Amino acid sequence: MSTDQDGVAATPLLEMRTVNAHYGAVHALRDVDLSIYEGELVCLLGGNASGKSTTLKTLLGMLKPTSGEVVLDGEIVNDKPTSYRVARGVTMVPENRRLFKRLSVRENLDLGAYLRSDTDGIAADLERIFELFPRVKERLNQKAGTLSGGEQQMVAMGRALMAKPRVLLMDEPSMGLAPALVQQNFEFIQQIHEAGLTVFMVEQNANMALSIADRGWVLQTGRVVLDDTAENLLAHPDLRASYLGQADT
Amino acid sequence: MTGVLLPPPETGAMGGRAETPPAPSRAVLAQDWRRLVRLGAVGAFAQVFIALSNMPVRLDERVVVKPVLSLGYLTLLVVPFAAGYRVGHQIKREGMPVYAAGAHEVAGGAACGALAGGGLSLLAVLLANFDLREPLVNWSPMLAELLAFGNATWFAVVVWLLIGAAIGAVGGILRTLGPRTRRAAVTMALAVAGAAVMEPLVVDLAEGMRLEALTDRLYARRGGVNWTSALGLAAGSGVLAVLGRGRIRQARAHIASLEGAKRNRANSGLIVLTGAALIILPLFAGKLTNELLANVGLFVLLALGLNVVVGLAGILDLGYVAFFAVGSYSAAVLTAATSPRINPELPWLVALIAVVIITGLVGLFIGAPVIRMRGDYLAIVTLGFGEIIRLLFLSDWLSGWFGGSQGITKIPGAGIFGLTSVAGTDPRRVFYLVLAFCAIAIYVSWRLERSRLGRAWTAVREDETVAEAMGINTVNVKLLAFVVGAILGSFSGAIFSAKVGSVFPNSFLILVSIVILVVVIFGGMGSIVGVIAGSAVLIGVLGGPKQPGLLAEFSEFKLLIYGALLIWMMLARPEGLIPSVRRSRELHQEEMAQDAWLRGQVEDDDGSGAQAAPTP
Repeated sequence: MSTDQDGVAATPLLEMRTVNAHYGAVHALRDVDLSIYEGELVCLLGGNASGKSTTLKTLLGMLKPTSGEVVLDGEIVNDKPTSYRVARGVTMVPENRRLFKRLSVRENLDLGAYLRSDTDGIAADLERIFELFPRVKERLNQKAGTLSGGEQQMVAMGRALMAKPRVLLMDEPSMGLAPALVQQNFEFIQQIHEAGLTVFMVEQNANMALSIADRGWVLQTGRVVLDDTAENLLAHPDLRASYLGQADT
Repeated sequence: MTGVLLPPPETGAMGGRAETPPAPSRAVLAQDWRRLVRLGAVGAFAQVFIALSNMPVRLDERVVVKPVLSLGYLTLLVVPFAAGYRVGHQIKREGMPVYAAGAHEVAGGAACGALAGGGLSLLAVLLANFDLREPLVNWSPMLAELLAFGNATWFAVVVWLLIGAAIGAVGGILRTLGPRTRRAAVTMALAVAGAAVMEPLVVDLAEGMRLEALTDRLYARRGGVNWTSALGLAAGSGVLAVLGRGRIRQARAHIASLEGAKRNRANSGLIVLTGAALIILPLFAGKLTNELLANVGLFVLLALGLNVVVGLAGILDLGYVAFFAVGSYSAAVLTAATSPRINPELPWLVALIAVVIITGLVGLFIGAPVIRMRGDYLAIVTLGFGEIIRLLFLSDWLSGWFGGSQGITKIPGAGIFGLTSVAGTDPRRVFYLVLAFCAIAIYVSWRLERSRLGRAWTAVREDETVAEAMGINTVNVKLLAFVVGAILGSFSGAIFSAKVGSVFPNSFLILVSIVILVVVIFGGMGSIVGVIAGSAVLIGVLGGPKQPGLLAEFSEFKLLIYGALLIWMMLARPEGLIPSVRRSRELHQEEMAQDAWLRGQVEDDDGSGAQAAPTP
């Protein structure tokens, strides 16, 4: 795990250069530029159907961009499959956690480490996850679908961490969780980030996301309309109006 | 107040009774009449359906207990019994009174059984007064005679009401028995039924072991267990059941509770014992038994192959017969001198290598387009490919290669290193060959299930999108499942063609695909032991698409029984006869963990969201 915490590396870890993506004829991403540097915690904000999940899919290789480049650690990976990118440290925590519900917690974690073959490293990472989420250890042989929402979230994070990621892509970590759990979840994210992991999260809950993020982008109908530090975004009048809502002030 | 278990009108008079803690049995008339009538009506319908399917008449020839019970009558008696037993079922609701079973259950069972039997009474009247031949062509005129036991119609009406009531009451009585007595009663019934079903097998084995004296006593000359022997058998097994007191169950629980190395040792012990029995048994068995075992083995091979595709990777393949067909035909072409276009007459084992390669490639070609689809679409497309392959073998276009509807005949037996030749004329050798390949297939399935690939299959089966996000190449992984399944199926095909000596396109109808799928579902998807048990029960007892089983009389009703079994299975045991052991153990642990968790939940849980109190 990288411990490069003080400052920003020269080349971004993961980058999108003027990426356009389509679903059939629908233009989902329009000239999107993003760069995620090692050790950062960044977020992508946007409403429904603004292209947030599409961005994640494109980064992970589940959707091919129609133009532009996805760059992983300086290498253009447009034509590389998902497995290639996962093996090189890009891992996603899917929306709504999406655990393998009928499999045990252990099997879920094992599948997170699917592409790895370093038995010792896997065992060590498993121990680290147990340290981080002691509850996961208690539930190891239970079916994932029977866990509570908070526990499922821990397993989802654990499963992603088992892949030994360099950058963690989080799809709407607040979705479908009770408010107290959202809080807890963001604490986990912060914790993981402080342990040295780069995190890129996609969120609708702008207030929450910006409270822990370093930088952020705002996506609107597939276009990046704002690109700034978290403080500036939080103070931005447009963002206040459209995402944070008046009631929050 | 009594609970919702009791309908208000009848129980109003004795409302407060249930409040006494040691709950007594319910009053005889305090039935849930609505439920009783519904079950009775379903039973009556089932009775009429069974009668009109002509099962009672056709199966009358097969005697179960001489001279009192034939399989035909048995099919009619099963329904009132099941209805009578079922109606006494009590749902134990937490916090609601539990009643001891007693006269209430017996009376309810009798009433329900009488209703079910009444279906046949009604049918007897209808048959006597109306001409039902036109739309319902299946039943034979002998049905009326059988229903009335050779007497007048009114006799049938009365007797079936009485028989229904009596059998239903037996079902009710079963409810009132204590667990030990009930187990003994069930064991007794199963022992007699088992002896009757296994008759051909037992007789065949007894001949091999020179124990004819024993079977002569047990079975009547023209089939069926002698009633005296049936009584003896029942008594003996009842005594054993009482003495055993569920020791078998304990032993199984004990094995299941073993950990790690001990468990492995117990399992390998069981495997060695089973293997030894399967190797020794055929030596004493005659043609019939070996033929039966060989057929079961062929379907075990097929079902294991399909199990990889459906059970492990979750790809619903309805055209699996295609690989069986390709395996059979390629083996036939490569070994038979009479093959129309090319006839290299390869030795069987050499041909087998080619067969595996060919079928694997066919699996790849069929799989490549199919695999990109999901769910229903995939199932329909595989169904299509299954038929396409058969039609290709049938077509005039390829008849120069595969003989069209004439097929390929005079296929030599399977030669093994020039030592022996295995052909259909010697079913014992066929069985040993099948057994060897089954062992290979079981080992391969077992290893695959626990491999990295097996894990990938599981992930794809559970959630393909997430599996892809985990870095699993879902297309490759699914294709591999298809190819592995195809290769396992081709083994069966290659042995089949050597055994039968000829291949025809109509040996590979859709029905074969369906039967294999039913075997897998019935046995338990993803479970190797389940698949073997499924083949033994369905193919061994009921028979395969063209292979007679132990109950050969069932052959024309096979599909009906398959369907009924499947429906029952989906209702009662959707996970299959013997579900994947790992899976059920997990389920069990999880339930216990959850109970413990529920008890201690209130104090220690802070992550469940139940008492989430957001800070504003």
